[in-house]
Formats: sequence, structure tokens, C-alpha cells
Amino acid sequence: MIRVQREDFDTAAETERLVGGQHDIGAVVSFVGLVRDMAEGAGASSMTLEHYPGMTERELGRIEAEARARWPLSETLIIHRFGRLEPGDRIVLVIATSPHRAAAFEACWFLIDWLKTSAPFWKLEEGPEGSTWVDAKGTDDEAAARWQK
Amino acid sequence: MKLLYFAWIRARIGIPEEDLSLPAGIVRVDQLVDWLASRGPGYAAALAERGSVRVAVNQEHVGLDHPVRDGDEVALFPPVTGG
Repeated sequence: MIRVQREDFDTAAETERLVGGQHDIGAVVSFVGLVRDMAEGAGASSMTLEHYPGMTERELGRIEAEARARWPLSETLIIHRFGRLEPGDRIVLVIATSPHRAAAFEACWFLIDWLKTSAPFWKLEEGPEGSTWVDAKGTDDEAAARWQK
Repeated sequence: MKLLYFAWIRARIGIPEEDLSLPAGIVRVDQLVDWLASRGPGYAAALAERGSVRVAVNQEHVGLDHPVRDGDEVALFPPVTGG
């Protein structure tokens, strides 16, 4: 399941919605990404997340389908926010559930690693010195490349 | 052809999207990017760092040798930074 939204999300409520009443799920692994304060004490910073409506949902759906093809998963959920966010705000939620923990752990890690290098989102940071677009990190490409078959 | 621009590419070009007729002879993504870069100073500045320009055709990531046609939706953007 994919959701791209401006609003915040409730991790506990989303988890309960996925697993409630299901008795074949033995493991739930979730990842929550938060906005870090990039100004590091130099003043308040916030960010604005821009995305490509339509392609974002397609790309997240493609990544989710890839995870479900690789691991025996029960349910998956990706919620990604866009718009203006402050340090400490939740940006992204990834949940993978499975009968067994290994598949849930691996799928969750795969989903966030692949999402970071292929879902069309861009971060604009606004600090005391003005606005700057965040550069893509080589470490994110390396993290995603680990999952290449 | 519908063109969409995102992040600093959008900021430098100055508009988020536009409809353009593809000139004759432009059949690949790299040719399209070269032609766009010649359309004015904003375009040239947006597309100067060619290694930082990513392209999607009809909402799928593609390489520079991918074909383009007049009815396509083509998006130009920097490397993505979500998550």
C-alpha cells in the first residue's frame, strides 16, 4: 500500500491497521524517517519536500512490488510526506510484515534504501543563510546497490 | 510534448512545466536536453551540469539514449533526495 500525503501519520495506528485481525503474521518491522536539524545549532531550519505527483506513486508501487517478489511478505506499507516540514517531523514510514522476521527486516531495509535513490522527491532546506537544495549522497547509492541482484 | 521541471532545474528555468512541439530530428533524450539548453540563459544554467540532470519519460526513469516522441511527458530533475 502506498500513500503520498502532506499530513502527518500515526505509526502505531498504521501498524495496527496492517496487522489487526491477521493471525499469520509473525513479524512487523517498521522504519520511520525524521527531519534532522541540518543547521546544527546555527538557527532554526526547516525543509520543503517537492515531488512529482503521479510518478511518485508509480515508482513507490514498483519498489513495493519488487520487495513482494523477493521476500515472502504478508503486508507492506509506504507513507511518504511532502510539503513543509520542521526538524523532528516524520517524513517517511515503511512497514513490512511477514510470517518470519528475516523477510520483514530485509524487505523494510530494501524498501527504504531503494526509495531514497528512485522515488522522485527533492529536499529544499531553509536555514538562516537562505535556501539550498539538498545534494544526493553517494552513500545512498551504495546502500541501494547492495540490493542489486 | 509536455515538459516538467523539478527542484533546482525548475528554479533555474523559471517555470514548472510547458507544452512544446518537438523540432524535427530530435528523437532521443540527449538531443532533447541539448535543444532545451539552447532555448535561453535560464535553460542553459539549469542544464549546464549535464551529469546532474536526470530524465523520466512517461513517468519512468530513463537513460540519455531513450527515445522521445511528441506525445510524451518528459520530466527533467536533479538526482532524487527523498526518504
